[in-house]
Amino acid sequence: MRELVGRPYHEIRPRLGKDLSVRELVDAYLENIARLDGQVRAYLTVSADQARAQARELDDRLARGEPLPPLAGVPVAVKDNLCTRGVRTTCGSRILEPFVPPYDATAVQRLREAGAVLLGKTNLDEFAMGSSTENSGFFATRNPWRLDHVPGGSSGGSAAAVAAGEALAALGSDTGGSIRQPASLCGVVGLKPTYGRVSRYGLVAFASSLDQIGPLSLDVRDCALVLQAICGRDPHDSTSVDLPVPDFVASLEAGVRGVRVGVPAEFFGEGLQPEVRQAVLEAVRVLEGLGARVEEVALPTLEYALPTYYLIACAEASSNLARYDGVAYGYRSPRAHDLYTLYARTRAEGFGPEVKRRIMLGTFALSEGYYEGFYKKAQQVRTLVRRDFDRCFQTVDVLATPTSPVAGFRLGERTADPLQMYLADVYTIPVNLAGLPGISVPCGFVEGLPVGLQLVGRPFEEATVLRVAYAYEQATEWHRHRCPLLRA
Amino acid sequence: MRITPEVVERVARLSRLELTEEERATFASQLSSILEYFARLDRLRTEGVEPTSHAIRVTNVFRPDEVTPSLPVEAVVAMAPQAHEGFVVVPRVLEAEE
Amino acid sequence: MDYETVIGLEIHVQLLTQSKMFCGCSTRFGAPPNTQTCPVCLGLPGSLPVINRRAVELGLRAALVLNCTVHPSSQFHRKNYYYPDLPKNYQISQYQYLEHPPLATDGYLDIEVDGQRRRVGIRRVHLEEDTGRLVHPAEGAVSWVDYNRSGVPLMEIVTYPDLRSPQEARAFLLKLRQVLQYAEVSTGRMEEGTLRCDANVSLRRPGEPLGTRTEVKNMNSIRSVERALAYEVARQREVLERGGAVVQETRHWDERRGITFASRSKEEAEDYRYFPEPDLVPVEVTPEWLEEVRRSLPELPDARRDRIMAQYGLGRYDAELLVQTRATADFFEAAVAAHPSPKSIANWMLGDLSAYLNEHNLEIDQLRVTPGQLAELVRLVEEGTISGRIAKDVLVEMLETGDSPRSIVDRRGWVQIADEGALRETVEAVIRDHPEPVRDVQAGKEKAIAFLVGQVMRRTQGRANPALVQRLLRERLGLPPQG
Repeated sequence: MRELVGRPYHEIRPRLGKDLSVRELVDAYLENIARLDGQVRAYLTVSADQARAQARELDDRLARGEPLPPLAGVPVAVKDNLCTRGVRTTCGSRILEPFVPPYDATAVQRLREAGAVLLGKTNLDEFAMGSSTENSGFFATRNPWRLDHVPGGSSGGSAAAVAAGEALAALGSDTGGSIRQPASLCGVVGLKPTYGRVSRYGLVAFASSLDQIGPLSLDVRDCALVLQAICGRDPHDSTSVDLPVPDFVASLEAGVRGVRVGVPAEFFGEGLQPEVRQAVLEAVRVLEGLGARVEEVALPTLEYALPTYYLIACAEASSNLARYDGVAYGYRSPRAHDLYTLYARTRAEGFGPEVKRRIMLGTFALSEGYYEGFYKKAQQVRTLVRRDFDRCFQTVDVLATPTSPVAGFRLGERTADPLQMYLADVYTIPVNLAGLPGISVPCGFVEGLPVGLQLVGRPFEEATVLRVAYAYEQATEWHRHRCPLLRA
Repeated sequence: MRITPEVVERVARLSRLELTEEERATFASQLSSILEYFARLDRLRTEGVEPTSHAIRVTNVFRPDEVTPSLPVEAVVAMAPQAHEGFVVVPRVLEAEE
Repeated sequence: MDYETVIGLEIHVQLLTQSKMFCGCSTRFGAPPNTQTCPVCLGLPGSLPVINRRAVELGLRAALVLNCTVHPSSQFHRKNYYYPDLPKNYQISQYQYLEHPPLATDGYLDIEVDGQRRRVGIRRVHLEEDTGRLVHPAEGAVSWVDYNRSGVPLMEIVTYPDLRSPQEARAFLLKLRQVLQYAEVSTGRMEEGTLRCDANVSLRRPGEPLGTRTEVKNMNSIRSVERALAYEVARQREVLERGGAVVQETRHWDERRGITFASRSKEEAEDYRYFPEPDLVPVEVTPEWLEEVRRSLPELPDARRDRIMAQYGLGRYDAELLVQTRATADFFEAAVAAHPSPKSIANWMLGDLSAYLNEHNLEIDQLRVTPGQLAELVRLVEEGTISGRIAKDVLVEMLETGDSPRSIVDRRGWVQIADEGALRETVEAVIRDHPEPVRDVQAGKEKAIAFLVGQVMRRTQGRANPALVQRLLRERLGLPPQG
């Protein structure tokens, strides 16, 4: 059944209930996990029994002649910062190692309702804080294209799982690029929806005003399918917006003739790997060739986005992560003998260094005497970043940029210098600050490592972003490439 | 901006993180260089600029005052590191005393 | 030279909602530990708060009855501190922070003390969530946490330091409780914790700036607020008169010993790191919404007092007492509806019933006696079935047993003796046994007849109809019938 693995769902679906059962599809993926995950290490938890039970149930429904739900039988992986009822949810942290949620995240529940089969939970940088998945409290995930390279992060497990055929699609979360950057590094499609498009209920919060859940998939059509299933207002999330959800798949083929594509010069400056620059500019030319109108735009606040992002994200995180204290759930230090040591030792033993660093940075930015100069200043600059994007979108429909400044980096290459690691997200971060939809699609290779093109749209215009990405994808072959590991 | 080990210790206390001597020194130097890089924000004039705390402009999202099912107490107890007759157990919390 | 007392109050009121501030768990009091919790109020990873609309409306009601300015837009904040009763280790609160206003500010409430009307300023009214409850078992080195109360909607009301005596503080709390009960915002019971009060107290020479204040906590009734404040005022006065300085600190009231004491636990300078709650969007109150809330307000105490005076022909003093609490006024009107004798019912309520409540420190709706039963008691007296004297005993038994007056009267055989034949024998016996007073009466000292009536009542255990006894005695002793 190896031939099933690594094919997009829209190719598989017509066979379901005919020459292919859900059980066979799910088994093929579980077998591939067994074959490859020892090397890739994408999963923290594989819930094979539950997956098989769910597959059987779907096959029974098919046998009874019930209509196929939209994601019937899609073997999905879910980032381990999304709550799954009865399945351990660790956030890649020792502090949540024992935590089994009593509820499903809304996005997970919607996936299940759409017929997707949950294969397991994927590795991530602890609490989604990182850009390489090396900050996982358990182990590092590897890039399936080159195992000595990182898969990106923080949704590195989800991106690697899709790239290695260990899941047909996956959910990730994106606070500053954590879906798009690993999608770029692993050569898959990854979309961060507009803030408010997908309910965050059940997503373990890193930075509440920036976090969004989104899909990772083999191609744009599958991405649209998964997005369709998880979108929409949820009464459990006050920030999920009550707007109609368009039919993303139906609008894919509208083409890009007349679409105005903006290229912000600041995204092509210092720090960008020349080969990446070439690949992205070539992609822009492809869009132009398909009838898009390309023009240069300016985002002068780009250089301020990174500090702004880290101040806001860390401030929110310092508060969001205060609840991991050893009291009502999760890890508790055996060395706790009073209230203070219960807190301070549980957290000292439970959190890794990057999480501690960010909690400290955020606590500092909010503390008396520093709030105005750091946190509030960052919130004001956030306003300026938004205004930059607003201005761009007065003249263009989408922006085209590199997703990541480099095609990839080796394991251990950036772990010693936090600031170098932060710079990996320099092109994705501004999009979160403005709450906009952004996608990364494969657009080339550098030394066997994939390169990603980022397309960014106006708020709630995921359909436009998907349509441009689809047009590009259909005109190129990058999305058909599979990593050597999977082909072996 | 230089972050001294004393500032690190104060922030660590506020954050409820017990640090080793070595961590204090490492964090002091790392946070210093991060904040040094962040100082570029000072170049940007922001007087009178409205701060953004939400990425979307939505107001008045409410739920009706209706009771929905709670978790079974067994589920609460099962999550707790230590429990006793339905209560979650913590080390003694000092009450007010003279 | 004398000192002026300066008191400001910080009051927390539990709002009368069915469900919690940010989740659907019940707010019912007294459930077994951790049976009214969910991912939201336990602060589980990934859970998110959603504002209870009713809680906002109750906050707006309070803002209206406290004459506050309601802000068109307000935002919840996070107050960050670690404590085991606070599952997220931050409290979601509308605390006034920098440019972010709370729900409402700058109102007032008028009180009356010793016939003097005083206006007490309200600094702010805001909404927040309650914490869980800690239990400290007598044995062992642990504490227990119950999260049932975690996330219950609270409203904080902060006054300006406008109160000038413990009596004024008490009057303010009574008045505040009264209006909040009437507006159906809260049950306002300090004994049950649905109203909690901390006080800031300082002394100063008149005309001088405010003195150093202490914060007094742990007061469990309105009476104990008054006592604690009186103690604290006296303590500070003594310190100042000795030439000492008041230390700014938190002091706990010890009800049993009747003193305040400084808490030994070291108070670290808190740094709450407030910032806007990103999981909640701003609350915008349009004039239309506010108007809708205003229209939905139930009848308030002053209006009800005036109506009760007009409708039932009661005096202002009695009416004022009857509307003191909403429950009292409700009890009164329910009783009158069952038996339309407003004056008698008011007399019973403000007399025997009120004495009983004070003696046992109870609220009227905690009684076993229903308004219908009180009405029945009044009817039994008016119909002559029992004497007013017996009725007092019947009421005592009603209060103790919850039984109806009719069944008590029947069981005890307390039906009034209105049988002339039966009473005549007793009258004869009393005249025979008390020749002195009889002579006095016959000599024209009519007042002595009261003694003889009393003796007849005694021998009949109070069951004789007093008017009948009077008539029989006068006939027998040859006096003219009473005017």
